[in-house]
Amino acid sequence: MRLYFKYMSILFKSQLQYRTSFWLLCAGQFFVPFTVFAGIYFLFERFGKLPGWTFHEAALCFGVIHMAFSVSECFVRGFDAFSRLIVRGDFDRLLVRPRSTVIQVLGSNFEFTRFGRMLQSAVVLGIAVSGLSVQWTPAKIITLILMIAGGVVVFSGICMLRASFCFWTVQGLEVMNIFTDGGREMAQYPLDIYAKWVTRFFTFIIPFGAVSYLPLLYILDRTDGPDLLYMAMPLASLLFLAPCLAVWRVGVRHYRSTGS
Amino acid sequence: MNAPLSLLKMRFLMGLQYRAAAAAGILTQLFFGLILIMVYAAFYTHNGEAQPMTLKEVVAYVWLQQMFFALIVLWQFDGELFELITGGNIAYELCRPWRLYPIWYAKLLAARLSSASLRCLPVALVVFILPEPYRMPLPTSPAAFLLFTLALLSGLLLVAAISMLVYISVFWTMSPVGSVLMIAVAGEFFAGMIVPVLLMPGWMQTIAGLLPFRWMVDFPFRVYTGHIGVQEAIAGIGIQMIWLAVLAAAGQWLMGRALRRVVVQGG
Repeated sequence: MRLYFKYMSILFKSQLQYRTSFWLLCAGQFFVPFTVFAGIYFLFERFGKLPGWTFHEAALCFGVIHMAFSVSECFVRGFDAFSRLIVRGDFDRLLVRPRSTVIQVLGSNFEFTRFGRMLQSAVVLGIAVSGLSVQWTPAKIITLILMIAGGVVVFSGICMLRASFCFWTVQGLEVMNIFTDGGREMAQYPLDIYAKWVTRFFTFIIPFGAVSYLPLLYILDRTDGPDLLYMAMPLASLLFLAPCLAVWRVGVRHYRSTGS
Repeated sequence: MNAPLSLLKMRFLMGLQYRAAAAAGILTQLFFGLILIMVYAAFYTHNGEAQPMTLKEVVAYVWLQQMFFALIVLWQFDGELFELITGGNIAYELCRPWRLYPIWYAKLLAARLSSASLRCLPVALVVFILPEPYRMPLPTSPAAFLLFTLALLSGLLLVAAISMLVYISVFWTMSPVGSVLMIAVAGEFFAGMIVPVLLMPGWMQTIAGLLPFRWMVDFPFRVYTGHIGVQEAIAGIGIQMIWLAVLAAAGQWLMGRALRRVVVQGG
């Protein structure tokens, strides 16, 4: 873990070397999801509401997912950009070092410009929280934090899975974008507005539902059943991470170097 | 064959090489389309009758956007051209006996055409046979379809002219990041790629009407659904042509200025 922070501070300093570009990118990252959010706002303004959801409730969902996405894009970037390590043959160097490959790959790249995006998500969360008439008990605040953390874990798991496939395909698989970008686009709305097969897939296979929709019900007092179960739902993301790690392990063992 | 045309052909063939990427793109496009339609369908269950577009029209709009994604998306830029400018290889480009603007313009068109031609048909094949409510509706009339094709193609010319401005801006800024971001974020929004222009509030529609972006996406798609009638569509294509002339002229002029004072980077 100390090593991870060490990597982080080095890369942070190196990215800050190009200061103007850094801030420009941050600002850009702020505005990209901003237009998407504006779009959602306009739709709500026009249609009044989604079946069963008001604007602020949907905004909470949006904020949680986008926050999780930007945090994972910033700190799990190493896995996101992993195909580059493989293509150049740089992965060999990681293997000879006496540290875990996961930590080293995590530390190989950070995208600090995603701070802009995090800020935007924080603003959305702020709008949502101030617009909702919810009693914010400590339990609910913990749930909210768990939701974001769980979301980060899910996105990280997907990134790791995509990176693991690089061991076989060398090039990154673009199809996996369906699960990262597509997952984000989908999970930014409450999951129950989709057709059953989408909801099921993204709850039981890739647990976006477990980190956003189900705990959201608890925060909005719409649960039926024991609250604790809904609160603890984001922990299901850890169940998803386990097979991803396993695939990674298998991949590392299968690795045959490329490059010269 | 003249230079821009043969370059167009070469680039087109080169783009066709990337078939695996295209297959992945197709799946992604289908997925995004389905998700978007589900979202709109959910919105339309509440207060859906009072809207300026029917759900059917929105479905067509969404699928057209997915089918012709490569033609209209503003995010896609050719890193090679940026490197020419920032890396200094622009010097070789200037030695060649042709005018730069049409050549680059042809390159941009070709890249978009080839990646769209790989993706469009497979997506089209699927979306026309999807079960309701996801199925793509047929165009309202042969005339509408014909005009749609024309509008889409001149929209493509507009997209390329706008991207040219981004490349030219790099002569001054030396970093593509800022201009790409501004154009892509603002352009996509005002083109109606995030929310159809008609579903925006009135004041936003006014702003969108003043900018060239909606003529690339919103206009051709609405011609397809018959939302914009034949007469209006013909007039609209005229307006597209005016925008195209203005943007291309501006691009040529700016490029001329940029090249007169170009500093070749690197040694």
